[in-house]
Amino acid sequence: MIEETIALTKREVKKWVKNPFLLFMMLLQPIIWLGLFGKALNLTGLISVSPELINQLPPEVQDQIGMFLNQMISETFGGTTDYFTYMAAGILSITVLFTAMFSGMSVVWDRRFGFLNKLLVAPISRGSIVLAKVGSSVIRGMFQVLLIFSIAFAFGLKVGNAFGILDFLGMVTVLFLLSLGLSSMFLAITMQIKSHETVIAVANLLNLPLMFASNALFPIKQMPQWLQTIANFNPISYAGDAVRAFILHSNAGFDAAKVTADFQFLIVFALIFSLVGILIARTGLRKG
Amino acid sequence: MRVIEANDLTKRFGQLVAVDHVSFSVEESEIFGFLGPNGAGKTTTINMLTTLLNPTEGSAKVGGFDVEKQDGKVREVVGLVPQDITVDDDLTGMENMMLQAKLYHVPTKVARERTMEALSLVALTDAANRRVETYSGGMRKRLELAEGLIHYPKVLFLDEPTLGLDVQTRVVMWDYIKKLRDEHKITMFLTTHYMEEADVLCDRIAIIDQGKIVALDTPENLKDSLGGDIIELEFNNKKDDQTDTLKSLSQVKDVKKIGDTYRIKVSRGEKALPDIIENLLKMDLRIGRVSLIKPTLDQVYLEYTGRSLRETQGETMEVWRRMRTLRRVRE
Ligand SMILES: Nc1ncnc2c1ncn2[C@@H]1O[C@H](COP(=O)(O)OP(=O)(O)OP(=O)(O)O)[C@@H](O)[C@H]1O
Ligand SMILES: [Mg+2]
Repeated sequence: MIEETIALTKREVKKWVKNPFLLFMMLLQPIIWLGLFGKALNLTGLISVSPELINQLPPEVQDQIGMFLNQMISETFGGTTDYFTYMAAGILSITVLFTAMFSGMSVVWDRRFGFLNKLLVAPISRGSIVLAKVGSSVIRGMFQVLLIFSIAFAFGLKVGNAFGILDFLGMVTVLFLLSLGLSSMFLAITMQIKSHETVIAVANLLNLPLMFASNALFPIKQMPQWLQTIANFNPISYAGDAVRAFILHSNAGFDAAKVTADFQFLIVFALIFSLVGILIARTGLRKG
Repeated sequence: MRVIEANDLTKRFGQLVAVDHVSFSVEESEIFGFLGPNGAGKTTTINMLTTLLNPTEGSAKVGGFDVEKQDGKVREVVGLVPQDITVDDDLTGMENMMLQAKLYHVPTKVARERTMEALSLVALTDAANRRVETYSGGMRKRLELAEGLIHYPKVLFLDEPTLGLDVQTRVVMWDYIKKLRDEHKITMFLTTHYMEEADVLCDRIAIIDQGKIVALDTPENLKDSLGGDIIELEFNNKKDDQTDTLKSLSQVKDVKKIGDTYRIKVSRGEKALPDIIENLLKMDLRIGRVSLIKPTLDQVYLEYTGRSLRETQGETMEVWRRMRTLRRVRE
C-alpha cells in the first residue's frame, strides 16, 4: 500500500514539475494577484488622510490623529497598516485552496482517459489511489506556499520584528492542515463527478464563496452580518488569521490564545475532512 | 483447469442488454478469442471479468475466484491491455512502464529487464525517454501493449491489442503473445476485429453479436461448420429480390442477402457455380458480378453476424477513435 501510494504520488508530482508552462503559470498567478490586488488596490491607503490636511493642524493634534488612524486601520486589518502584507498572508491560504481544487479536478481527467481503470484493475488498495491524490495535492500546495512567500517577500512583505523560524514553521503547519482538509474535501466531490464541465462548474461554485467569505482578502469586520457568519465557519479565515499572526509576530505582542484557537479549529477540520473525505472519495471508485 | 468460467454473465445499461447470458470457459494457457462487431459487448465482458464492472446477472470466476465477491483476489491474477489508450501523456515511456511495474509489485530489477525487453519488442527503445505526448497513435498503442506484458499475469486480457498497428508490428506481437503463452503458461482472452489475428492466434473463438454468443469453436471447426463454399453474386438489376428464385435451384443450400449481394451456400462450389449461372441465364437474369469463396474465418463471421467485418470496423468507429486521439493530443 505504501509503495503504491508513493509511486502514484510521484506520478502526480512529475506531471507538474516537468511541465515548464505549468511552473511558469504557477509563478505568474501569485505575482498577478500580489501585484494587482495587493499593490494597486491599496485598501489601507484609502482610509488614510492626506498629509497636507494633517500638516495644517497643530503638532500635538497631528500626532494624536496619526496614532488614532493607524490604530484603527491596524485593528481592522489584524495588526498591520500595510494592505499588501495583509493580502499576501491571505493569498497563501487562497493558493492552498486553488491547488486543492485543481488537484481534485485531475481525477476527472484520469477517469476520462481510462487511467483510473488502469489503477482499478491493478492489485492495489483503493485507498492508495485516494491517498496519492491528496498527498500530491498537499505537496504541491506546500511548494506553492513557499514560492509565494518568497515572491511576496521580494515584493515588500513586512514581517513583524520578532518573526523567526518558529513563526515560519507555524505558518507552514497551518497551511498544511488547511491543504489536507481542503484537498480531501475536493477529492471527495470530484471523485463522484464524471464530466469535466460539471467539475469546473462545481469548483467555481465552491471556490468563490470560500475565497470571499473569508478574511483572506478583506477584514471580516467590514462585512455584512450574514457574510460574517459564513466567514466565521470558513477554515480559510482561521488559516488566514493564524498565518497573519505568525507573519506579523512583533515584540509588541502575539495573540497566542487566538492562534491556539485557530489551530484547534484547523486540526479538527483537517482530521474530520481528511477521514470523511477519503472515505467518501473511495465510494467514487465503486464499480457500476 | 478452467481459468475463466462465465455462467449466464449479463450486463444491462438501463434498457440496453450489452451482454446477454453469456456462458463459456477457458482452459489454462489457452488463447481464447472474442470476435464481434462494434457494440457487441466484448469490452463489457472484459470489464466484468477484470472486476471493473459488476455483472447485473449471472456470475464468473477468474483464476478460481468470483469476480464479484473476491474481486481483490481476481485482480492479483489478471492483467489487462485496454482497448483505449490509457498511458500517461505527461510521463516518458520508461516512466509509464516503471509505474505499471510498481502497481503490479514487480521488483525494480526484474521490471527494468522486462521493460527493456518489452520496449525493444514494440520498437520503442529509442523513444523510451521521450514524453508520451510526443508519440504517434501507434506508438502509444505499442506502449500500452508493452505495459500489459510487464508482470506476466496468470490471465491476460487483451482488448483489441493490435488495433491501429502496422502489419509488421502486428506479426511481431502475435509471435510474442504465443511465446508468452508457451513459456509462461499465460492464459489469454483477446478480442479482435482482425480475422487473421483470430485465426493465427486463437485456440478457440467465440463469435458474439448483440450481447450473445452465436458460435463457439476452434477456427477449423467454425470454418467446417459453414458446410461448404459460398458463391457471392450480384445481379445487374438490383431492384428485384431474387432470393426465392435462387433458393428454388437444386444446387443451392441456403441464400442470404446482404445489401445487393446474395450469399449462396453450396457444396463443391467449382461444380455448382457453372450450373447456377446456366440456370439464371435461362431465366434471363443478368449477372453483374460473381465470385466463389472458400471458407475463411471472415466467411464464418459474416455467416453468424450477417455483417461484413470491413463494414463494421471501417468507418464510424475508426473515425471516432481517431477523433478521440486527436482530442487527447490537443488537450
Ligand atoms: N457505461 C456504459 N453505459 C451505457 N452503455 C454502455 C456503457 N458501456 C457500453 N455500453 C453499451 O454496451 C454495448 C456494448 O459495448 P462494448 O463496449 O462492450 O462493445 P464492444 O463489443 O467492445 O465494441 P467495440 O468493438 O466497438 O469495442 C454498446 O451498445 C455500448 O453502447
Ligand atoms: Mg470494445
